Amino acid sequence: MRFTRNSRILSVAAVAVFALSACGGGGGSTDEAATGGNTDAVIVVDGSEPQNPLIPTSTNEVGGGAVLDLIFAGLVSYDADGKVQNEVAESIETEDAQNYTITLKEGMTFTNGDPVTASSFVDAWNYGAAAKNAQLSSYFFESIEGYAEASAEGSTVTEMSGLKVVDEKTFTVALSQPESDWPQRLGYSAFYPLPADALKDPKKFGENPVGNGPYKFAAEGAWKHNEQIELVPNEEYEGPQEPKNGGITFKIYQNDTTAYQDLISDNLDVLKTIPTSDIKNFKNDLGERSIESPYAGNQTIAVPYYLKNWDGEAGKLRRQALSMAINRDEITEVIFNGGREPAKEFTAPVLPGFEEDLPGSENLEYNPEKAKELWAEAEKLEPYDASEPLTIGYNADKGDHKTWVEALVNSVKNTLGIEITGKPYATFKEARTEATEQTLTGAIRSGWQADYPSLYNFLGPIYATGAGSNDSVYTNEEFDKALKDGLAAESVEEGNKAMNEAQETLLEDLPAIPLWYQVAQGGWSNNVDNVEFGWNGVPLYHAITGK
Amino acid sequence: MTWYVSRRFLQLIPVFLGATLLVYFLVFSLPGDATAAICGERGCTPAVVTALREQYNLDEPFWIQYLLYLKGVLTFDLGTNFSGRPIAVIIAEVFPTTAKLAVMALIFEAIFGIVFGLIAGLRKGKLFDSTVLVLSLVVIAVPIFVLGFLMQFLIGVKLGWTNPTVSGDATVSELILPAVVLGLVSFAYVLRLTRTSILENVKADYVRTATAKGLSRKRVVVVHILRNSMIPVVTFLGADLGTLMGGAIVTEGIFNVNGVGLTLYRAVLNGDGPTVVSIVTFLILIFCLANLLVDLLYAWLDPRIRYA
Repeated sequence: MRFTRNSRILSVAAVAVFALSACGGGGGSTDEAATGGNTDAVIVVDGSEPQNPLIPTSTNEVGGGAVLDLIFAGLVSYDADGKVQNEVAESIETEDAQNYTITLKEGMTFTNGDPVTASSFVDAWNYGAAAKNAQLSSYFFESIEGYAEASAEGSTVTEMSGLKVVDEKTFTVALSQPESDWPQRLGYSAFYPLPADALKDPKKFGENPVGNGPYKFAAEGAWKHNEQIELVPNEEYEGPQEPKNGGITFKIYQNDTTAYQDLISDNLDVLKTIPTSDIKNFKNDLGERSIESPYAGNQTIAVPYYLKNWDGEAGKLRRQALSMAINRDEITEVIFNGGREPAKEFTAPVLPGFEEDLPGSENLEYNPEKAKELWAEAEKLEPYDASEPLTIGYNADKGDHKTWVEALVNSVKNTLGIEITGKPYATFKEARTEATEQTLTGAIRSGWQADYPSLYNFLGPIYATGAGSNDSVYTNEEFDKALKDGLAAESVEEGNKAMNEAQETLLEDLPAIPLWYQVAQGGWSNNVDNVEFGWNGVPLYHAITGK
Repeated sequence: MTWYVSRRFLQLIPVFLGATLLVYFLVFSLPGDATAAICGERGCTPAVVTALREQYNLDEPFWIQYLLYLKGVLTFDLGTNFSGRPIAVIIAEVFPTTAKLAVMALIFEAIFGIVFGLIAGLRKGKLFDSTVLVLSLVVIAVPIFVLGFLMQFLIGVKLGWTNPTVSGDATVSELILPAVVLGLVSFAYVLRLTRTSILENVKADYVRTATAKGLSRKRVVVVHILRNSMIPVVTFLGADLGTLMGGAIVTEGIFNVNGVGLTLYRAVLNGDGPTVVSIVTFLILIFCLANLLVDLLYAWLDPRIRYA
């Protein structure tokens, strides 16, 4: 929404001219609640409309994900730093990183009174994987043995052979290959359990889901579509995410700018994304009530290998030159007001195993001389075909990408002197369609947000040969092997080491050009306290208290 | 009269068919695959994409898709949107809010526009006249989102007279500010139309006759001048009702009103054909009905007009 900036400036100017009010802190609505951590307060937070019925395996976007994470508890959950902690699981044991035995805690129930059993997980996962149910997150089960049969097009197989219920509280999982980071994934929403009734009529269940998490729906129909979703604490819940408030109400906003107006007039308690138009003034407006917190997400530009000029040895040199021609420090400072961190590698700094000085990370530093040199070197190998100038594609419907793409384009143009332009796509789906069908005519911006705190989540799904989000159509045996070794490692630490080795290949090849890490910029109202953002840029809703 | 009205109703059928066909074709021609919007940044597996395409008939050629949709409409089943929710339910949810908003905006612009226009017209060249002329020009010239954000910031945030956004209940008091913003530009047009029309009619023969007959000034103004000046204004207001219903996208966005405009906007972005067509068709029907009403009002305003 480009126009919002102008309008904000205008409105601020108007206030100055008319001198209507000199106070900067928004309207003065006083809260009747007592001061000090009020644990009965209902917290109103911003949300977006879930795009699908609230079934864990059919939710693939943040609006629904935020709600699911509160009303369900998985085998494990993540603390503020992304550290894995047991939730429903008593233990997850393995000797070979391939065969797992999972034992559940005693006495866990869903809010309808049903006990949480081994079948609650196994049935839900089988439902999620089976092709006939067309669940959007089905690929999360791809490591489990039997996934290929169940998920094949037109398959009638409804159960994965790798899942076996041993008794009420125990089940075993066999993976098709050793993967040491597999237990880390189990906190992601696709792996949540479902009560037995849910699968009888999933659509109906998705309107009024029944979970086992720290919160539950306030009543039947608590999800008022496009308006709000009202959650209250689940009294039965016992675990690390014990609610410290009287409920969470997601108020659904169509745009952040509007939500911001509500925040500064104390009608909204927590806003997790400050709109671009207010990035420059939100710290002034909110003072102590604002936060900047890095999270597991990054922004890259994928340069497909099927583009002319960008393949082979010359292509590799050009990619490096392109990367070094981008002044990340300046763009993050000027455009985002420091609200992004220049990227040093392909993952994100909050993740366990992150290292910022990997060999090859100098390829991500602004170095105009070296960039020109590399470009000249590439010219010698194979002259640049200027009839196909590089474009940087971005979707113009969501997020404000135009500004930074323009800045990036200028940075490259000034350094390399090549023709390069931004290419807006009217809608997200249009850009995605071209990427999936491999018909892109230029590079494309690509944002990635972690599903679970693991380096692999930033590498495997994007750069492995044939992976679902491999927009560059990158393939490198060395990288694939390092990735596989990392998965097969005996411990997560060992695995991370191998992942970082795999990254060295990426830093050399640059199938995509990492730009910067995301930083959550949020704020809260005068009515609440104890607002903290987690590893994934989402506020820790359960910890928020009233004043 | 009855014959006239029923003929007008019959005309709705081709309008309906043409509109749905055209809109369906436009949505169909939008670039990009609708399943890409459903699958998001991560993408889905090919098996899931196939299943989704089947579920929403996306594999069928245009004519089959359109006929399937039409068949659904004729059996009172508008189908579901890409989130799996019945479109009829969605329309029933958002329509009352937008209708309320549009009617409030219409009342605002009609009352203030006509009263101000009347006063300005009767006092041509005086201070009041010049002031409202300049102000209405400013309102017409400034884009609606600027006015919207400005008023939201001043009245909602700075003065705190009302919430900056509208809650799910969308009560009348919450909708006053959005309705004023929505109706502001039309208000300026109504004012100017009324003023011009009054200026013409003040000099008309029948006004001189009425005054000569010794009728009171009030009666001359209200019954003779104003009533006869209303025809262009009513035409404008009738057409405006349709615009207000469907064109409230910007205003609804600023004030977070869960209405028809925003629903339509989202559906267009997602390439959600059935939803777009259903809503647009619904708006077209309202537009047609509003125009019929306007035509009938003509006869009441000006006895020289008759329908048979």
